Amino acid sequence: MPKHQIDPNNWIKLYSDYLFNYTIMRVSDREIAKDLVSETFLAGLKSMVNFKGEASERTWLISILKRKVIDHYRKINSNKGKAEVRMRYNNDTEAEGDWLEERVADPFDKTAEDTLVNSELGDAIYDCLAKLPEKQAEVFKMKTILGYDTETICNELNITPSNLWVIIHRARTALADCMKKNWF
Amino acid sequence: MKKSFLFISCQEAKHICDKSQYDEATGWERLKLGIRLIWCKFTKSYSKNNNKLTAAMQKSEVKCLKSNERKSLQKNFKEELTKRQ
Repeated sequence: MPKHQIDPNNWIKLYSDYLFNYTIMRVSDREIAKDLVSETFLAGLKSMVNFKGEASERTWLISILKRKVIDHYRKINSNKGKAEVRMRYNNDTEAEGDWLEERVADPFDKTAEDTLVNSELGDAIYDCLAKLPEKQAEVFKMKTILGYDTETICNELNITPSNLWVIIHRARTALADCMKKNWF
Repeated sequence: MKKSFLFISCQEAKHICDKSQYDEATGWERLKLGIRLIWCKFTKSYSKNNNKLTAAMQKSEVKCLKSNERKSLQKNFKEELTKRQ
């Protein structure tokens, strides 16, 4: 019997944010990330019969998404390559040589290592968020990740501000405990 | 000075601590929290973990879908799912 079962009815609820975060860290464009996530779910639906149950649904979907991201870069790289051949950094001959200073690496810029740590930290946060009750996770994401103000969340979810703060308190306590075990 | 002016319960301190993570605590509330933090180890521990969580959230730069974006994704997916069932 396979270790994991597949149930596409819950995919959006369970994995859409995780896949979106994974994608946006790699493509840096909200619209493209949304499209790639949507394509991933549809591709998953088409190839459901190939799911062997050896990996979790999330891992399986990520493997599809990885291919989608690679395909996306293949597509844009062919166009980008053409553009770069025509591009000149500076057409002003008097300013020749200035590029050396301007192009020197910024020591405060993010390194590949920082990006990797942030990506792993993001995974740890999403693993902990997945353990929260649905409502708590939703309110926490709206307040903390999307940065919505209290009034907007209360109107959208039809809750009172004191309800909101109770939910936030429970979510933060559970998340801090989980992160303490897995990250801090 | 009345004791209740500056002394707050642990529960209230945690609530203020939560609000201050989102810059929604008033100056007066922050003062009351600060006083409690001096002597209450439970509040101190909660506050420390809470601050760590906020720092981790900021450092990770995690993103998520807006609820309308998720709804639209759900709608399209559901249509496709219904076609296949």
